[in-house]
Amino acid sequence: MLNVEHLTKTYKTGDKALSDVSFTVEKGQVVGLIGPSGAGKSSLIRCVNRLVEPTSGAIKLNGTDLVGLGAGDLRRARRRIGMIFQEYALVERLTVMENVLSGRLGYVSFWQSFSRRYPGTDIERAYRLLDRVGLIDHADKRADALSGGQRQRVGIARALSQEPELLLVDEPTASLDPKTSRQIMRLLIEICQERDLPAIVNIHDVPLAQQFMQRIIGLRAGQVVFDGTPDQLTEDVLTTIYGAEDWTAMRQGAQEDAQAERDAAREMARLGA
Amino acid sequence: MTGDFPKEWQYRTPKTKLLIWAFWLCMVAGFVYCWQVMNEGTIWFFVQDAPKQAADIGGRMWPPKLSYVPELMRPLWDTLNMATLGTMLGVILAVPVAFLAARNTTPSAAILRPIALFIIVASRSINSLIWALLLVAILGPGILAGIIAIGFRSVGFVGKLLYEAIEETDVTQIEAIRATGASPSQVLNYAIVPQVLPAFWGITVFRWDINIRESAILGLVGAGGLGLKLQASLNVLAWPQVTTILLLILLTVVLSEWVSAKVRTALI
Repeated sequence: MLNVEHLTKTYKTGDKALSDVSFTVEKGQVVGLIGPSGAGKSSLIRCVNRLVEPTSGAIKLNGTDLVGLGAGDLRRARRRIGMIFQEYALVERLTVMENVLSGRLGYVSFWQSFSRRYPGTDIERAYRLLDRVGLIDHADKRADALSGGQRQRVGIARALSQEPELLLVDEPTASLDPKTSRQIMRLLIEICQERDLPAIVNIHDVPLAQQFMQRIIGLRAGQVVFDGTPDQLTEDVLTTIYGAEDWTAMRQGAQEDAQAERDAAREMARLGA
Repeated sequence: MTGDFPKEWQYRTPKTKLLIWAFWLCMVAGFVYCWQVMNEGTIWFFVQDAPKQAADIGGRMWPPKLSYVPELMRPLWDTLNMATLGTMLGVILAVPVAFLAARNTTPSAAILRPIALFIIVASRSINSLIWALLLVAILGPGILAGIIAIGFRSVGFVGKLLYEAIEETDVTQIEAIRATGASPSQVLNYAIVPQVLPAFWGITVFRWDINIRESAILGLVGAGGLGLKLQASLNVLAWPQVTTILLLILLTVVLSEWVSAKVRTALI
């Protein structure tokens, strides 16, 4: 369970990214974080594992406050938090297997990781996860030889190999096409359900969030302006989050996307027939 | 709507135009001045004589004395060893310096980074011939002075290019490894080293290639290798031998350049 209490982040430049953000994520709950760019979505999830230092407030993961942990304790806390990135953030020149095993770095000694001699349980887990995300045959390929969707699956396997108690997911589909985006979202949701894993997912694609999330938090200018189920996310609420003009434009964009997808599907069906 | 907008648009502001004009004025003035200095310092009698002198030396240099080649094999081997060992020494010293100098890996930006940058600048500003001159005075003549001279000169070159490569690494890959709970040394090993490794090998081979050329002349100041033979031949005006040495250096350089180009294309 994750408790975020009165979290505030002010950057050195004076930009206030987050002000007094509080919410709780229960075990197994997948929360979508929506909001216009610059609303503080990215700062928020980076504050949780302290890739960005919070200015004030508390972040409690199963009871321990992550704010104020020393370097060693912070590393031990980070290994319990898996993170999935927008641009996959795989180490491109390492193999898929090394990338997945790098999720274990917090648990093994420097020499074990340096010589790539991981414990048998870690290797077995890595293979099992690669099988789960459908990439078992690609284990020894270099990460930069994979397609976008495949890379994101490796990213998911890396995060899961940490045996995390919480997943932080930063725009997992922003670099993917609509079809792959849906596959990746479905995979993420399934995995969270299988493991009863709580997750915070930054997502700018509102229809995608409505389709997959159990709960949605809306951020605007660093403040929580909505917290509820996807059904409660009405036009009025979205107008509050995004501002009237942007929301109308985004909705039209989404309709065009959906239309384009349907057309493409029809076209494919016709060609196939 | 129409007619309210100007019909003219200028690419450069008047101030820029003035500055460009002033720049060219300075360049022309500088050129005229330099021309004058050059004419004053030249003894035209020698210049008029130049074609004849060149033809004379050329005539004496040709044909090269090929029977001299076997005697050059040992110094050539010394030269190659000097370049290779010097490069290794330089790289070993340069790697820690580069990590201290790179903004994203330095442990202390206030103290260690300036020191590392100073080492790089100091090494780069002194030509390896000067390093060799100093080291021959300290260590006595021989290949050891040459190796250390090559090594010291390489530290700056490799250090600078390597620290720039380290600073250009993709931060999201580093962030991702940090997020797994990795220690700083593991971040180095998993996120930074894989990203800079191709640059590292490219720089090393490139420097080795330069060092072959440089070590061939270090003998001029007593640091062993082909240069020593070159100096000996020049001293006794044995021009055909000089030609042979120059041809051998040319051949070696061409070969090393070919190897370095092959290795670098294989890496990218």
